[in-house]
Amino acid sequence: MSKKFSLHVNMDSFLPATEEEKAYMVQMRPSSTFFRDGVKRLLKNKVATVSLIVIVAITLASIFVPMFWPYSYESMLGVSPGKPVDASYNNLRPFQYGATEQAKLAAGERVFPHVFGTDSSGRDYFIRIVYGTRISLAVGFFASIIVLIVGLTLGSIAGYFGGKVDMIIMRIVDIIYSLPDMLMVILLASVLKVSLGPVIEGTALARIGSNIISLFIVFGVLYWVSMSRLIRGQILSLREQEYVLAAQAAGARGGWIIRKHLLPNCISVVIISTALQIPNAIFTESFLSFLGLGVNAPMPSLGSLASDALNGLASYPYRLVIPAVVISLIVLSLNLFGDGLRDAFDPKLRT
Amino acid sequence: MPLLEVKDLRTSFFTPTGEVKAVNGISFNLDRRKVLGIVGESGSGKSVTAYSIMQILASTGKIVGGSIKLDGQELVDAGEKVMKTVRGNRISIIFQDPMTSLNPTYTIGHQLMEAIMLHTDRNKQQAYDRAVEMLRLVNINEPEKRMKQYPFEHSGGMRQRIMIAMALACEPDILIADEPTTALDVTIQAQILELMKSLQEELGMAIILITHDLGVVAQMCDEVIVMYAGSICEQGTAEEIFYRPRHEYTKGLMRSIPTADTAGTKLHPITGTPIDLLNMPEGCPFAPRCDNAMKICLTQRCERMQVNDEHQAACWMNVKAGVEDGSIEIGGEDGDADA
Amino acid sequence: MNAKTLGYILKRIGLAVLTVWVVITITFFVMRAVPGGPFVGEKAITAAAQAALEAKYGLDKPPMEQYFTYLKDVVTKFDFGPSLKQRGRMVLDIIADGMKTSAKLGVIAAALALVTGVVLGAVAALRRNKLIDKVIMVITTAFVSMPSFIMGSLLLVAFSIRLHLLPANGATPAGLVLPVITLALYPMAYITRLTRSSMLDVLGQDYIRTAKAKGVSGKKIIFGHALKNSLIPVITYFGPMLAYIVTGSLVVEQIFAVPGIGRAFVSSIINRDYPMIMGTTIVLACLIVIMNLVSDILYKVVDPRINLE
Repeated sequence: MSKKFSLHVNMDSFLPATEEEKAYMVQMRPSSTFFRDGVKRLLKNKVATVSLIVIVAITLASIFVPMFWPYSYESMLGVSPGKPVDASYNNLRPFQYGATEQAKLAAGERVFPHVFGTDSSGRDYFIRIVYGTRISLAVGFFASIIVLIVGLTLGSIAGYFGGKVDMIIMRIVDIIYSLPDMLMVILLASVLKVSLGPVIEGTALARIGSNIISLFIVFGVLYWVSMSRLIRGQILSLREQEYVLAAQAAGARGGWIIRKHLLPNCISVVIISTALQIPNAIFTESFLSFLGLGVNAPMPSLGSLASDALNGLASYPYRLVIPAVVISLIVLSLNLFGDGLRDAFDPKLRT
Repeated sequence: MPLLEVKDLRTSFFTPTGEVKAVNGISFNLDRRKVLGIVGESGSGKSVTAYSIMQILASTGKIVGGSIKLDGQELVDAGEKVMKTVRGNRISIIFQDPMTSLNPTYTIGHQLMEAIMLHTDRNKQQAYDRAVEMLRLVNINEPEKRMKQYPFEHSGGMRQRIMIAMALACEPDILIADEPTTALDVTIQAQILELMKSLQEELGMAIILITHDLGVVAQMCDEVIVMYAGSICEQGTAEEIFYRPRHEYTKGLMRSIPTADTAGTKLHPITGTPIDLLNMPEGCPFAPRCDNAMKICLTQRCERMQVNDEHQAACWMNVKAGVEDGSIEIGGEDGDADA
Repeated sequence: MNAKTLGYILKRIGLAVLTVWVVITITFFVMRAVPGGPFVGEKAITAAAQAALEAKYGLDKPPMEQYFTYLKDVVTKFDFGPSLKQRGRMVLDIIADGMKTSAKLGVIAAALALVTGVVLGAVAALRRNKLIDKVIMVITTAFVSMPSFIMGSLLLVAFSIRLHLLPANGATPAGLVLPVITLALYPMAYITRLTRSSMLDVLGQDYIRTAKAKGVSGKKIIFGHALKNSLIPVITYFGPMLAYIVTGSLVVEQIFAVPGIGRAFVSSIINRDYPMIMGTTIVLACLIVIMNLVSDILYKVVDPRINLE
């Protein structure tokens, strides 16, 4: 090589580089735990974050609004014991005032407006919608918890004990899985509705309503299957890992690896599955309510409100549109949030 | 004129997390009837180079600079219409995994004839005959029977032969082989390489052989390019590269090969992990892993320099050696002055 | 077809038969658990008349005997007994009548969902991350979240009541437009998403890259190489789609007053018409189980990966 260099080079640059200098040039990304990583990813997902906000807002509203709202969901405003029925309260449009109310206003009283009007029995529609939301959310939530408990228990038993126990449970799972679920749900719901009534009368459960209890029973009996399969799969893979690690004679370190890597995965899978179960439960509940198999009157459910609205549809279409929009919003947000959870914590599940 | 001229090719992938600079300004030429080997680790950019030439990059990939000339015709930005006449016809490629590279729902005959009828004027019967001829050429017995069969009915070695048959059916000028033997058994490997070599001589085409297996390179290649992190470290004839490597990375590679002579001694792997292509440091990409890294290596990239007529390398060690033996003079701040 | 696939098919058929039997049994005993009977709530009838009715319908025999008689009748003669509410009509006839309308509804809805879903899904996959893809994804997410009775009701309000475009009654051909659309929306959205993800998966496969490297044109790659492989997972959805259409028709027929089996089923539940409830549940369940079976078998036979053994 015979060249003349005109670089900004001096002989010092040809000194060997130290280890520190080399390490400095290699930037490492900061490490964080699995959980924090997932939450970060979740919050980055705008759709999921917005959905979460919507759900939280609706839930808070359904909890707190009844506390200060002047109307109750069951009181028929034109009906007072001993007096003839005052029909001026019935079928009011949003923000419309009935004859009696107008009289009160003229007299200087303050009358709280009916934001969604009233129904055909004179009940304030807004608060009924709020209560309906409350029921739907509560049913969805508790039904999912029940599914979680039953599925977790049976899945763990199947996975842990293996052998015959496992086989029996999995056969049952297979059969229940292939049952047409909606038909069975309708069947059970229609029967339990009638037969549970006398059974729980007088007990604390009667307050919740036989229909809702029957709904929980239906869910507990039919919907635990996918959760149990999931749990069983996780336990099986856990055991496999244990054997492998034991073979490597890693000792205590093996246990640490399981805890650090496998358990977070199990938990996240369970949480995601439950989160996606909630909108499913709400869906089913409103479906049953629509068919008349849901909650008992006068307790409103978004599904039954929609079904009732079918009668006066031509004149009062908003009575159907409002609960429809609310249900859709709830289920949509929950689905989007569940999708976001899944993308953030377990992208392998992504379809 | 060289058959293929690649000048300062740059290809990047635009991902949600940032721009991955997979190929960072590489240049090389390929002459007719020559076998060029591209060697490097996973992530070095060798496959991306091949895909850039064929323009079959994934949707997030894009050639962001440089030129690729086939027989003088510029391919970069030439458009799909032009590329469709090039692919399978003037340049063909065979891929690493023969198990997944063939469509499972089409017969072998269909897939072969598709290529033939696309690029030549043959009718169906002629295409069929040609396909059978190709199968015979790659030493597959009972070719008529195979035409009606599906890919899943054949082993890995057979499928790779079928891939070669498909690639050569239209007599391309260049065959690119992307790790053709990595997914195969050792014995099959040898057969496939034999086949490729004999076909090359018979059909007179050039081959670009991409591999991380130095043994394959030694066996097959006239010239070699060593890539690391999207750049060319060193290029030259096979003999030069193997016996007189002039880049620390290549030296490290050669050192790490266990031979009969080194039996019984410790192995010398290259320490460290490959670089993160999202966060490329300034300076030589190999520096953090280099035992002989100097301060200048960390801050400035070395340009490609001629070692001799058949050998180029981009390593500051050569500059240092040149300075020490007097063949290079270094200027100070402002032009040539003696050190 | 190899032995493994055959074994799988036989196992699935066995499971299907078992499921049907379980359905019949559960339905029978669940109905028995209801206190009172189908005559509660009617005008008061004399004890003698009551006894006569019970004897006629076999309600006075011990439960297990009733069960086996019923099982035998159903399996060998498809005889579900007489309807308790609609005097003089056999359950089978009522179901057959209702099925004519409902089947028409269901088949059209399924076809609509399939064709629209596949087309939209393919478009979304090919224009991935572009505007049309995002729009399609948003719309399908929305439809997947809305219960059928919501959609149906909204469509009813919009098109029938407000705009007076289509009749609200399902008895006429024009009146079937809205129910069909309502039924088709969820499956269409689902199929769109399924096709999209399946196609994206296929387009990322090595053999697609090979085809491109051979110089095959984009269109040919999509319609030739990719589409065939992309549609295979859609076959697995046939079973669940039918299940959805069956249960969806319960609601849709209510809303749009379609004289089909769904509406008949709902009234039979309200009226506690034992034989009718049981018969309809069993028929519908069998339909779903059979469709699931066909879907599963088809998938296994067609999936090229299975043939790799």
